[in-house]
Amino acid sequence: MATGQVVRSEWTKIRSVASTVWTLSLAVIVTIALGMLISALSSSQYDNMSRQDRLSFDPTYISFAGMSLGQLAMIVFGVLVVSNEYSTGMIRTSLAAVPQRGAFLFSKIAVAAGLALVVGLATSFAAFFLGQAVLGTHRTHIGDPGVLRAVIGGGLYMTLIAVFSMGVAAMLRSPMLSLGILMPFFFLISNILGNVPATKKVGRYLPDQAGSRIMRVVPEIGDHTPYGPWGGLGIMVLWVVAALVGGYTLLKRRDA
Amino acid sequence: MIELEGLTKRYGDKVAVDSLSFSVRPGLITGFLGPNGAGKSTTMRMILGLDHPTAGDVRIDGRHYDRLKDPLKYIGALLDAKAVHGGRSAYNHLLCLAQSNGIPNQRVAEVLDTVGLTAVARKKAKGFSLGMGQRLGIAGALLGDPRILMFDEPVNGLDPEGIHWIRNLMKSLAAQGRTVFVSSHLMSEMALTADHLVVIGQGRLLADTSMADFIHRNSRSYVQIRTPQRERMLDLLHDAGVTVVEAGTGALEVDGGKAEQLGELAARNQIVLHELSPQQASLEEAFMQLTAESVEYHAHTDSPQPEPAQPHPWGDDWQKER
Repeated sequence: MATGQVVRSEWTKIRSVASTVWTLSLAVIVTIALGMLISALSSSQYDNMSRQDRLSFDPTYISFAGMSLGQLAMIVFGVLVVSNEYSTGMIRTSLAAVPQRGAFLFSKIAVAAGLALVVGLATSFAAFFLGQAVLGTHRTHIGDPGVLRAVIGGGLYMTLIAVFSMGVAAMLRSPMLSLGILMPFFFLISNILGNVPATKKVGRYLPDQAGSRIMRVVPEIGDHTPYGPWGGLGIMVLWVVAALVGGYTLLKRRDA
Repeated sequence: MIELEGLTKRYGDKVAVDSLSFSVRPGLITGFLGPNGAGKSTTMRMILGLDHPTAGDVRIDGRHYDRLKDPLKYIGALLDAKAVHGGRSAYNHLLCLAQSNGIPNQRVAEVLDTVGLTAVARKKAKGFSLGMGQRLGIAGALLGDPRILMFDEPVNGLDPEGIHWIRNLMKSLAAQGRTVFVSSHLMSEMALTADHLVVIGQGRLLADTSMADFIHRNSRSYVQIRTPQRERMLDLLHDAGVTVVEAGTGALEVDGGKAEQLGELAARNQIVLHELSPQQASLEEAFMQLTAESVEYHAHTDSPQPEPAQPHPWGDDWQKER
């Protein structure tokens, strides 16, 4: 079985369903629009901020504020790409055509991840430049130290969140179950665990908490995070790998 | 050629398929017959490598399914007409299948034409009727121009025209020398299409025979006689060397007898007849008898527990397993 054939087939699959278009467009629009809104608010509040807040003022990170919501659309994209196969029964047709289950799953994920990366990077750059435009005098520049890394990192973060969701969906199969776990987790639970002092030490190793570190240019005051931007992204990659291994192991063993 | 060797599938302590061994030969339509829940679909899913056998082996042209390079070129299957993403057009559904097996794109248009779906090729599959869905599934099976075709209950829920179309399609595929393996729970359907017959009940092989043989052995023709002078008639028949079966209803059944001769025999001896009718046992009855025995066998011989096994409906258990 030539992998190229399977990749082409998965590309046909992903481009021929409506959910791809609406989930990804939602991710782009929400991330950019909310980023611009928060940038505008931060800009107008700058004069009322305390000295400490001004010291940790991170124009890059502020322009990415929309990602907290935009990532939810990326999660839906990732979940649907995989679980659509199960909810429609297409999985039996697919596995009859491509019985090598590893080739099937990883071609699908490679195609979806590639698409998510393109969309994620475009979103990240757009959110950055539009956010900076709104921030006006408080803006930063793409050439400043660490900024380009953060902007590219934003695109990688969105991609990894989507791929993590694909792995979870491959394990759980049901779209409702996958979304029911992932959406509240990344929207609420992870944020709470990562910010409440009692759970912070553990919470910051969660995929989104660790991964989003790469989008920061100015560290928070009193930040004792034991990993740097790339270290954080590495932790997120480990989560993604774990989800994919889990998804693959179950797919390999289960009856379709 | 499909070869099954001791193929077994267990779900917990329930046996869905019980050491099935048979082969499906080329150039013939082999009917795969059994009541609902007998394990036909499970067997077919194992042939395609979708379900893992608990024990035993199944090979296509001597190889395991996942060892086939571009499997759609070896074996095309219609398992479930609903195994389609409803949001995808018929064309794109077939296109992604074709691409995954290195089948040229123009073949998609060809099979759409074969099954008569060209006009709705760009329409989403969720708007399709059952018959159209079935045709789309068959188009997918034909895509790789495979030597082996497998259909699971292809005429289920179709209108007479659709049924007619599928019968003719299967016949023409077999006439081209292909292997056609088709399941059904209707004996009458198989009698019309199949050349060879594999019958299973409760996952067990009950018969593996040519259709002609099955008909010959099972279509019993006899003459039914009713008379108030039953004892005299019995004696007469006995004297004439004719074997008689005494049916529970009081009627007499003469296997392979001719109504004319029996009538004349009665007339010569002035016996009053109330009924003298040639009868033909249907294949459907023969099939039901065959599979009913498998149920009884299962209930009494196969369960070591003191209480008799629950005689729940056939369809129930495997639906749950899915």
